Amino acid sequence: MSLTIKVPPVGESITEVVLSRWIKQDGEFVEMDEIIAELESDKATFELTAEKAGVLKTVAKEGDTLAIGAPVCTIEEGAAAPAAPKAEPEATPAAAPLEKAAPAAQKTSSYAAGAPSPAAAKILAEKGLDAVAGTGVGGRVTKEDALKAAPAAKAAPVVPAKTTVPAPAGARAERREKMSSLRKTVAKRLVAVKNETAMLTTFNEVDMQPIMDIRAKYKDKFKDKFGVGLGFMSFFTKAVCEALREFPAVNARIEGEEIVYSDFVDVSIAVSAPKGLVVPVIRNADGLSLAQIEQAVVDLATKARDNKLAIDEMTGGTFTITNGGVFGSMMSTPIINAPQSAILGMHNIVERPVAMNGQVVIRPMMYVALSYDHRIIDGRESVGFLVRVKQLLEDPARLLLGI
Amino acid sequence: MQYDVVVIGSGPGGYVAAIRCAQLGLKTAIVEKYATFGGTCLNVGCIPSKALLDSSEHYHNAAHTFQTHGIKLKDLKVDMPQMIKRKNEVVEQTTAGIVYLFKKNKITSYQGHGSFVDKNTIKISKADGSAENITAKNVIIATGSKPTELPFISVDKKRIITSTEALNLKEVPKHLILIGGGVIGLELGSVYARLGAKVTVVEFADSIISTMDKTLGAELLRSLKKLGMEFLLGHKVTGASVKGNKVTVTADDPSGKGISLEGDYCLLAVGRTAYTEGLGLENIGLTVEERGKKITVDENLQTKVPGIYAIGDVVRGAMLAHKAEDEGVFVAEYIAGQKPHINYNLIPGVVYTWPEVASVGYTEEQLKEQGKKYKVGSFPFKASGRARASMDTDGLVKVLADAETDELLGVHMIGPRVADVIAEAVVAMEFRASAEDIARICHAHPTFTEAFKEAALAATENRAIHI
Repeated sequence: MSLTIKVPPVGESITEVVLSRWIKQDGEFVEMDEIIAELESDKATFELTAEKAGVLKTVAKEGDTLAIGAPVCTIEEGAAAPAAPKAEPEATPAAAPLEKAAPAAQKTSSYAAGAPSPAAAKILAEKGLDAVAGTGVGGRVTKEDALKAAPAAKAAPVVPAKTTVPAPAGARAERREKMSSLRKTVAKRLVAVKNETAMLTTFNEVDMQPIMDIRAKYKDKFKDKFGVGLGFMSFFTKAVCEALREFPAVNARIEGEEIVYSDFVDVSIAVSAPKGLVVPVIRNADGLSLAQIEQAVVDLATKARDNKLAIDEMTGGTFTITNGGVFGSMMSTPIINAPQSAILGMHNIVERPVAMNGQVVIRPMMYVALSYDHRIIDGRESVGFLVRVKQLLEDPARLLLGI
Repeated sequence: MQYDVVVIGSGPGGYVAAIRCAQLGLKTAIVEKYATFGGTCLNVGCIPSKALLDSSEHYHNAAHTFQTHGIKLKDLKVDMPQMIKRKNEVVEQTTAGIVYLFKKNKITSYQGHGSFVDKNTIKISKADGSAENITAKNVIIATGSKPTELPFISVDKKRIITSTEALNLKEVPKHLILIGGGVIGLELGSVYARLGAKVTVVEFADSIISTMDKTLGAELLRSLKKLGMEFLLGHKVTGASVKGNKVTVTADDPSGKGISLEGDYCLLAVGRTAYTEGLGLENIGLTVEERGKKITVDENLQTKVPGIYAIGDVVRGAMLAHKAEDEGVFVAEYIAGQKPHINYNLIPGVVYTWPEVASVGYTEEQLKEQGKKYKVGSFPFKASGRARASMDTDGLVKVLADAETDELLGVHMIGPRVADVIAEAVVAMEFRASAEDIARICHAHPTFTEAFKEAALAATENRAIHI
């Protein structure tokens, strides 16, 4: 009996996945629920498990794009598990045909599939690769296989600005890497947003002194009580929720010819993960306490870093907050996270001289930016929203009083 | 002088490490305590012992097999001084080769005793009493080993000797008492047995070359007994004393009864101990392991002091020249930022007796202990046409393969030139070949390597052709 394993449905909007890696090889015995392959969708990487024990027969190849429901592999039941091998063949009578046993070496794949030659092993180690597909006898990895393998991608590279200085002397090698499914999707969607919305950005600045005072005063007590640090993210999320209540269009989206208003706030937070930017969601943020928000941020950021975010943790979201300040950004114009209509950009906090009550004083200042889709948000609303956020942050008592 | 790498010790581990460092563009120096480079291997180990093994084998053949071959000789005699002289010439040529290689690779060599002042400073104490300090970003300790001595036996280097002296005897012993049935003892013991000495081996274990597959020990024991060597296995040596030209060795037999042996030479060959004394390890916070005096290293052969590495006989693992060489290359490449790899399970072990003994991978005893299901195929050299032609029909090849996958797990050989034949098994196993792969690869005829193919056929499906 053999069982065909198909690409499982992994999320509402996902129609296809890429088979990024076989963890088990063709011909290998797999236990039920053992992880056999890694699939990658637009939004995440997930694992394919064996639905029963047996010998794996691969159907799809690494790098194949597969529709949901497409066959990935079959599992041959009844084949012997390695722990309980068949008895060795009885002494064969002299006249028995020689071809009785299947010669291991003539199969295309074998116990040695993926085994690198000594030279290949060194090259792979230096490229930071664990395994590559082998083209040698029985799937062995030859030196050529190792030489041709692309090195493991470094974590989320920050692309430095191009300069036009004359070409320097020395090595000028170029590398070509296939775009990951995630990167391709991000690229496609960002361009789509630019093309299909009427996006523009409004700015303001926030005096962070009051929040910093509160943090300085209560951070230890807060940490003791809730087991999580008191950061800026909770104040911003709280302020955003309050402001969104007053400007519902900023929390809305366009669907066809209709505007959909959400009476709840699901805040997406942009997080830099090893594979690229991900945007997990804090659900019903408007109903959470500061401590609950901080906890949610920590949980999601950890999962993002470990590539453990599930698809449903990244879908939905009615408004996005992104913090370029952690990388040192002073000012930027973030791009809306479609189908949402607005995104708040936080930046770094810098001490600047500001005029207050006729005096020049030094205050810790942050520029904030709101990019919004002018199709459904008017200038009055966007500017009003951002001013409201500013007010709530500069005078957090308002959060308490709702004024 | 400031170097990227200083290597202490110029044996096969040290000089290879130095050359590889230099190839990788590192400014390299090497420090050697003795007057010539090459360490134990080139001066008082592998190379000179092979020179004497070959000489003595020629004599033995002349005396015992030439007549059968149809060659008649009169007045056949051993000229011991000439034999030693030729051996010394081989050593001189080989160590001179190292000097050339250092020059070619622009490696600075220092003659003197190297020791640590601190982790970046090596003090070189020279024979004339002067001293010089050099500094290095990295240091590779490759000081090797020396023969292990027993606390109750005093080696006088004249009658009670170690392998070093056994390579420079002026006469053929009448009765050589050999303490230890390991590789070094058996090689040197067979040199003198072939030259006509009576050789008695006293060994504590109940087998010889006891770390190798048991089949090999049993086969070798048979061959060496044929050569005239006598074996007292399971005997515990209790003492040795010299009186004039006589050596008396006392031992307890397996029942605990004391026995006494009298001979004119006693060769103490009970293993080797890492040479870590006088290195000033205490100045950099390093200690040596209590047993064997070895230096502890991590998987990259680095000690707990960053930048200080150790290779070869002074670290864990087999005390073999080729293991030290591979570790020398490993550390050089590691220092240069590369990621080399050594498969310690596939370091071949060889004994240069005749027949030779060679082995790679797991022994049958190890596989049993692991509970691994395996198949055995073996082929005797007496069924090999090549072996019959040269009258070298002692020995066999034994192939151990995985019962499920047919992958080679261990290959054990005793027979003519198997020290060379084993290389094929090492290559095959590095590429994870199966027994059937070997059986399907064309082997030239007639060669000794055909025996490996036949043993592989036997392991595959018990279908050797020639037996």
